[in-house]
Amino acid sequence: MSNVLELKSVRKSFGDEVVLNDLSLVVPEHTATVLIGASGSGKSTLLRCINLLETIDDGQIFLDGKEITDPLINVDEVRRKLGMVFQSFNLFPHKTVLENITLAPIKVQGKGAEEARANAKALLLRFDLADKADEYPDRLSGGQQQRVAIIRSLAVSPRLLLLDEITSALDPVLVNEVLSIVRDLKSDGMTMVLATHEMGFATQVADEVCFLESGNILERGSADAVLHNPKNPKTQEFLTRVHQAGRL
Amino acid sequence: MTERNNSAWSPSSREIERQSSRRAINRKQVLIAALSSLLVLGTLVIVLVTSPGWHSVKATFFDIEYGKEVFPTVIKGLWINLQLTFIGGAAIGIIALGLALLRTTKSPTLTPFRFLATAYVDIFRGAPLILIILLVGFGVPALGLKGISSNVIFLGTVAVVLTYSAYVAEVIRSGILSIHPSQRAAARSLGLSSGQTMRYVVLPQAIRRVVPPLLNDFVSLLKDTGLVSILGVTDAVRAAQINASRTFNYTPYVVAAILFLLITIPMTRYTDRAIRQRTNAQSAEGAI
Repeated sequence: MSNVLELKSVRKSFGDEVVLNDLSLVVPEHTATVLIGASGSGKSTLLRCINLLETIDDGQIFLDGKEITDPLINVDEVRRKLGMVFQSFNLFPHKTVLENITLAPIKVQGKGAEEARANAKALLLRFDLADKADEYPDRLSGGQQQRVAIIRSLAVSPRLLLLDEITSALDPVLVNEVLSIVRDLKSDGMTMVLATHEMGFATQVADEVCFLESGNILERGSADAVLHNPKNPKTQEFLTRVHQAGRL
Repeated sequence: MTERNNSAWSPSSREIERQSSRRAINRKQVLIAALSSLLVLGTLVIVLVTSPGWHSVKATFFDIEYGKEVFPTVIKGLWINLQLTFIGGAAIGIIALGLALLRTTKSPTLTPFRFLATAYVDIFRGAPLILIILLVGFGVPALGLKGISSNVIFLGTVAVVLTYSAYVAEVIRSGILSIHPSQRAAARSLGLSSGQTMRYVVLPQAIRRVVPPLLNDFVSLLKDTGLVSILGVTDAVRAAQINASRTFNYTPYVVAAILFLLITIPMTRYTDRAIRQRTNAQSAEGAI
């Protein structure tokens, strides 16, 4: 099994604040790596660095063995191989669901409009959104919007999917319809890195769980090891707090 | 959205009571509004009509017969203003869009053009339009360049376009800057280049957002085309001026003013409505 993503000693700071500190991570093909940790622990920044939305201060990031943190790399080409889904959906409000999904396949991959639309419709059908194809995003529920956002990132057949707290902005009753898509993708063999606060979900999909605090991975291992038998006192403390908030 | 059947519903007696008391309150408010309007406007008319100079003002500014006589020449002039507005407006739209894009680009190859665009906007937004009209209208023909028309309508239009492009560029730029960075992040993470992101994601949303202020500028543009009369263009203002200076009766000015208002008031009302709809839409779409 080859490694899709590899981070070596990545460092990132905003001003004086160090957000990622000497962080290393390996994501093999067809696996899901789950990042947990309090807000501000660096999970989102890590995902944004992988997607080159942020420039790292030190270290290296490799995608399929190729260094993507080389300044001479074609950033757009790298991003085409990465799908990213955001906490706040970020659908394009002036485009219909179908147009949101087909924009990148048509403009970036150069697919024909008919082919792109057919692919998009097949994806919408698969995830029970076929009847929403011609709606504008503001007519959809939060859960539906986030599912469309996931489909939009899948439409370019990414090598790696980055999911940044995709259920944090959702009504609790809508969380599951979004997470079930991710479970489906996981069983399809999609390689993923995801930040989440849903520990139950993390247990179901994670091949590796990493607990982040102040830009360091304090503990990593299988979901069972990290979430149910944490060794590090900080991990224990974090999980206790999550417990108390009633999320497990 | 599922619509529930409303046909089986009939209002309760309490609701009927509420509706009738709401109607009573409404009637009272309409009556008060009508009385106060009558009082204020009536007072204004009485003050005007009983003023010592009213008769001479009426004769020099509101001579209906003379107004009818000059109406055809003034309206012919107004046609020039309208042509100038629409032709100029189209040119302004294109130039302003280019300026706004140059001012928001981060591309290193375009750096000199970004500086030039900024300097352009600073100069033309800062100098009075009437000075630009005079400088272009009298300065350009004096250069004696070959191939450049010295037609006053053309030069007047150029001056107005130069100035308004700077105003409109700033409006469009503010629209571009108002689009949340997360929209750009979403587009870039799909692999769209920065140019594609601007064209397909940022600009369409930005333009929609600035339609109301652009309509405002369009109304101003129509009014400001009246300034090209100083170059001798026979627009509505100039036509009125010619007539007024011939007879020392100022009714033609009033005719021109009324004609401008007939066009600008509906446009302003429409703009207000567009702004209201925009505000409602924005509060509905929340943070985006």
